[in-house]
Amino acid sequence: MITLTQVLALSGILFAIAVAGVFLNRRNIIVLLMCIELMLLAVNFNFVAFSRFLGDISGQIFVFFILTVAAAEAAIGLAILVVLFRERSSIDVEDLDTLQG
Amino acid sequence: MFPTVLFFIFATVLVCAALGVILARNPVHSALLLVLCFFNSAVIWLLLDAEFLGIVLVLVYVGAVMVLFLFVVMMLDINIEEFRNNLAGYWPLAVAVAGFVVFAIINVIVVRHLGGVSLKTAPALPANYSNTRVLGTALFTRYAYPAQLAACILLVASIAAIVLTLRARGGGKPQDIAKQVAVRAKDRVRLVKMASEKRI
Repeated sequence: MITLTQVLALSGILFAIAVAGVFLNRRNIIVLLMCIELMLLAVNFNFVAFSRFLGDISGQIFVFFILTVAAAEAAIGLAILVVLFRERSSIDVEDLDTLQG
Repeated sequence: MFPTVLFFIFATVLVCAALGVILARNPVHSALLLVLCFFNSAVIWLLLDAEFLGIVLVLVYVGAVMVLFLFVVMMLDINIEEFRNNLAGYWPLAVAVAGFVVFAIINVIVVRHLGGVSLKTAPALPANYSNTRVLGTALFTRYAYPAQLAACILLVASIAAIVLTLRARGGGKPQDIAKQVAVRAKDRVRLVKMASEKRI
C-alpha cells in the first residue's frame, strides 16, 4: 500500500520544484502561471492524501473548490496577460514597472 | 505491493515532468509537460481512491485550463531567444529555496507524527464504496452553499475574462446618432410619378 509519508514527500518535492520555477522563470509570466498551477497541484495532493488516510471526504471537497478557483484564476490571469501583451508587446516581468512611479 | 510500484513509477515521471516544466525554454513545451504532470497526478489520485477528482483533473485541467494556456502561448508572439539569456543568475537562489522547502516539509513529515494520523495504512473502504456518490452527497448537503459560491466565482471569472479581452474591432455596426438625426426625407424617399393603372 501507498503510505501517507510517500504522498506527502511527493507533494513537497512538487511544491519545491514549483517554487524553484518561480525563481528561475522570472522573465516569462506564462511559465510563472504554470508554476502556480503546479503549486496548487501539490497542495491538492496533500488534501487528497489526508482525505484518504483520515477517512474524511471533506478534503476531496476542498480539492474540488481549489480546482474551481484555480480555473478561474487561470482564466483571469491569461486574460490579463493577453491585454498586457496587446499593450506592451512583451510579457517580460521586468518591463512591468509602470506602477513603480 | 503493486500499487506502490505504480505509485513510484508515476511519481518519478511526475517529478521529471515538473522539472521539465520549469526548465524548458519553449513555453509550448512547458505547457505540454504540465499536461503530462496532470495526467500522472490523476493516476496517483486514482491509486488513492479519489476516482472522481482524478477524472475531473483530466477533464477540467487537461481539457480546459491547459488548452487555454496553449491557446494563449501560441497566440502571443513571444521571442523565445530573449528568455534564454537572463536565466543563469537565479539558479543558486532557486536551488537554495527549493532545497529549504523540501527539507522543511520532509522534516515535518518524517520527524513529527502528524497528530496521530496513521502513516502506514489507509482505512479500508466498504465493499460497495462509491467515491463519486460520497463526494456528491457531501457536496450537495453540507457544502451546498460553498458549491453555489464556487459557481458564482466561475461566472464572475468568465465575465471578467470576456470583459478584459473584448475590444471593438472593424466591421461592427454601431449607431451614429448625429447622422441619424440629420437625415432628411428627401435623401431617403424618392417619389415617382406614374399613371394610375386601369381597373380590369
